Amino acid sequence: MSKPVSALMGAAYDGIVRVEECGLQGMITLRGDLASKPVIAAATGATGQEMPGQRRANVAGESGLCWMSPDELLVLVPHAEVSAKLAAMTTALGDAHSLAVNVSDARAMFRVSGEHAREVMAKLAPVDFAPGAFGPGDFRRSRLAQVAGAFWMEEDGSFRIICFRSVADYVFKLLKVAAQPGSAVGVF
Amino acid sequence: MLILHCPYCGVDADETELAAGGEAHLKRFGPGSSDDELHGYLFARENPKGVHLERWRHASGCGKWFHAARCTATLEVFGTYKAQVSGPPQEIRDAISARRPGWSWREFS
Repeated sequence: MSKPVSALMGAAYDGIVRVEECGLQGMITLRGDLASKPVIAAATGATGQEMPGQRRANVAGESGLCWMSPDELLVLVPHAEVSAKLAAMTTALGDAHSLAVNVSDARAMFRVSGEHAREVMAKLAPVDFAPGAFGPGDFRRSRLAQVAGAFWMEEDGSFRIICFRSVADYVFKLLKVAAQPGSAVGVF
Repeated sequence: MLILHCPYCGVDADETELAAGGEAHLKRFGPGSSDDELHGYLFARENPKGVHLERWRHASGCGKWFHAARCTATLEVFGTYKAQVSGPPQEIRDAISARRPGWSWREFS
């Protein structure tokens, strides 16, 4: 079998923040009634995380649950375990009206870390990143300049960003420009 | 700049996150309807100066369709509400009446 590689092979950039591509990440889209027992069992069973509230992400390392919409979760699992986790989830879902699909290879993931991470994000997305409005565990689906993107804040104040793999190069270049040395605004 | 509250994900979404979906509460006329009804369904649209009910989609967000009641003259937003209704709910009508007494839009007032 061919060896899977991530979109940008772990490319990284150091500016006013550090921008790095996170490499391979298993992702499963789960749609269904988020209040139904089979869906909760499938989601929590695959990740060991609790169900996230509205616009929240419960993520530890490579496993977690992200709230995408009132009927959709993004399930993060280690890339090597996607097939096994998906099979277990499909079993747990049983006859429930739901859908679980492996979307790992359709996506790319970045990390933005450093003192100015909020600023770099605020340059690209129409979201209020003020410390009182967006904190650790908060999750948003929005856009990054001209393409769709989703992101959440981690406990250490860094951001993780998910975008479509087809636009990974565009998003990386966006982040590099937004993180150019000397481009700090100092607004937060 | 228009900011609409998405009733599904609770975000005050910037206009650039949204996609306009045209007029709200259209009644569909399909096979078996008269030519006039089909013509009205396809082509006849309100174009008010004032209170207007519209469909919007939180395209770069949760992806859900919702409704918005706003004023085309001042861009004032009276409220947003979910898509699974065939007319504006009472609290939206009250909110519009508070700002635009005597308003009417198609069969709603």
